[in-house]
Amino acid sequence: MKKILFIEDESALQKTFKDLLEKEGYEMLSAFDGQSGLKLAKEKKPDLILLDLILPKLHGFEVLKKLKEDQETKGIPIIVLTNLEKIEDVDKALELGATTYLVKALYNLEEVLEKIKKALEK
Amino acid sequence: MIFKEIFSELNLPAQCKKYRLPLWQCPHFLFLIMGIFIIITTLISYTIGLRYIVEPEIVALITLSLAGILFIITFIIIRSFEKMAEINRLRSEFTNIVVHQLATPLTNLSWSIDALISGEFGQIEERQMEYLKVLRENNQRMKELVQDLTTLFKIEERSLFIRKEKVSLVDLIKNLIFKFQPSISKLNLEVKFNFSENLPEVLADQNQMKIVLENLLDNAIRYNKNRGKIEIFLDKKGKNIYFEIGNEGIGIPQEDQKLIFQKFFRARNVISQSFGSGLGLFITKSILTELGGKIGFKSEENRGSKFWFILPIK
Repeated sequence: MKKILFIEDESALQKTFKDLLEKEGYEMLSAFDGQSGLKLAKEKKPDLILLDLILPKLHGFEVLKKLKEDQETKGIPIIVLTNLEKIEDVDKALELGATTYLVKALYNLEEVLEKIKKALEK
Repeated sequence: MIFKEIFSELNLPAQCKKYRLPLWQCPHFLFLIMGIFIIITTLISYTIGLRYIVEPEIVALITLSLAGILFIITFIIIRSFEKMAEINRLRSEFTNIVVHQLATPLTNLSWSIDALISGEFGQIEERQMEYLKVLRENNQRMKELVQDLTTLFKIEERSLFIRKEKVSLVDLIKNLIFKFQPSISKLNLEVKFNFSENLPEVLADQNQMKIVLENLLDNAIRYNKNRGKIEIFLDKKGKNIYFEIGNEGIGIPQEDQKLIFQKFFRARNVISQSFGSGLGLFITKSILTELGGKIGFKSEENRGSKFWFILPIK
């Protein structure tokens, strides 16, 4: 069973994704701040990470950087899922190694779930 | 600590970046220029004064007084500029935070509604579905407003970054017609899309072009009459791509036509008819201008409107 780690401080989103993706047969791991997200990524080695950027304790960019610097986690594909839409943020995330950058406000739920499933198929 | 502050104040590029102003508008740079100007003025006036006044002490006094007055005036003016730049920066920061804080719960709401409507968590009764759809529609309206405001702030801050890449307008338009199919069907509209074969791709920002075309198509549908027509035309004209969209709708009153591209403007005959931010055409024009294009229209009240734009191919 493929594992997805969702690093996101909004509990409503955590619940929605957990309910829907577990129904699809994925194992969902939740982290509500950057530090726990890093810790969980190292422990559980998920197949995919969904990462918000505005996070308590450790900013998403820092999380992304550390994940890509660590030998154990650098190969895990990361989808950044955020409402920050400045081009500097997009460029920075992609330079730090994010696979995809999705601005939440621009996609409906179905589109995001499709992208998640496609990322896991690769 | 003090030295650090002084150094920070003297760091012109950093100060200009802080206010997001070009160098020649930056208060610190202007202060420096005025300072040099005052020194030069002081030296010139001292030199000239020495020619006509015998006592050098009087010349020095007059020159220093003049320099002092100029310095005070300059200081007051530059301080005002600095305050305005700081207010602008704070406003920009505030709006960025507010918009982001609004976008987050709206997205949460939107996705939760999508999850419920999908039926994944149990069958939804017809009456319940009606209310869910009302929630979704109104949430979508708020999302679009926040999105429009975000784009507006970027335009005003001159931070609307346009990433140029090859874009197929034909594909974009076809996808949008498909996306708007529910609205098109609701009004029983006939949509025709004619385009020339082998049209070159334009160098544009894919997302921004989507906004432009969406705004124009949305207007053509929204302000159309029942069973009306929409005709879309795309062709190459010289070094440009020419796009045109026309409808048989309510048109724009003559007296409103010169204001139609202004921010927050909505024509007299639509205000009570439908919801809109009044930003769509302003944003559309700003994006096209940024891409080196032009936009125009012809319209007659109760007959319909035709909007066109051109975009350079390279």
